[in-house]
Amino acid sequence: MAVQEYIRDRFFPQMWCEGCGHGTILNSLLRAIEDLGISKSDIVMTSGIGCSARISGYVDFHSLHTMHGRALACATGVKMAKPELNVIVPMGDGDALAIGGNHFIHACRRNIDMTAIVMNNRIYGMTGGQYSPLSGVGTMATTAPYSSIDNAFDVVKLAEAAGATFVARTTTYHVAEAVTYLKKAIQHKGFSVVEIMSQCPTYYGRKNKKGSAVNMLEWFKEITGKLGSKELEDNPSLIARGIFVDEDKPEYCSEYNKIIERASKR
Amino acid sequence: MAKKKLKEIAINQSWCKGCGICVAFCPKNVLELNDEGCSTAVRPEDCILCKLCEMRCPDLAIRVIEEEEEV
Repeated sequence: MAVQEYIRDRFFPQMWCEGCGHGTILNSLLRAIEDLGISKSDIVMTSGIGCSARISGYVDFHSLHTMHGRALACATGVKMAKPELNVIVPMGDGDALAIGGNHFIHACRRNIDMTAIVMNNRIYGMTGGQYSPLSGVGTMATTAPYSSIDNAFDVVKLAEAAGATFVARTTTYHVAEAVTYLKKAIQHKGFSVVEIMSQCPTYYGRKNKKGSAVNMLEWFKEITGKLGSKELEDNPSLIARGIFVDEDKPEYCSEYNKIIERASKR
Repeated sequence: MAKKKLKEIAINQSWCKGCGICVAFCPKNVLELNDEGCSTAVRPEDCILCKLCEMRCPDLAIRVIEEEEEV
């Protein structure tokens, strides 16, 4: 089965800009699902608002396009009602960590079995290039014409501290890596977070003079290093890629079932 | 197992937006943008079936189709 068989092709060509990394993330995700051989009707994809959120319209799974930042909250409801389904929640950086920041940390804390994908392009693309909590100090944006002075969140550290039991990071340049991490994240029993650094040539690229999509992918290659590599050891300023957390802890739906059992015995 | 060879690099020109990612990162320089700005396979004989173009394409416009080599 080809990746093209998992999409709603009546909505193609997709609406993302030329060279947008979000399309590559969709591509990697479909490949991961194809490799795992999961049936289309066993997947629920829930998304919020923003460029990233349009992803749920393109996939031929059960899909929900929900409120800004509330994709994880809606996904939690779906998972509690139908724990046998695979719930995948792609979100943008603003959707996941600004508008939905609270939902994000609490979903991590509960360790509910779903896969959160942070499609991190470090900007609000759909609304015209405002800076996000992942833009970081020195980033130029429409709302930061003299550069941003806000410190950025580190998605990996935040997810780990909040209690996510699978945390990984990669980029849209490292596609084979992205497919591998997404597969592991989907198979992981518990809350998985995969941050995929994505290029927005239209706003982030233009405002920060990063050039075309191709230039931005080359930039991702330069500024990141694989966990455990000599390259990363020698240059600690590089952004680490890899699997940071992979551990087994009690999962929320399983624990909830135990409560149901206990309550039914009374 | 029989060796795989390239049957076709199928590019959906109506989905391709011409970002050039496939062209820039093809290790064998198989692809080029045509006059309409769409990706086309100009040197398919050099293709090593790594499928990096297919995997990186944001528009899901590329399919590297393989077939088994006749012995």
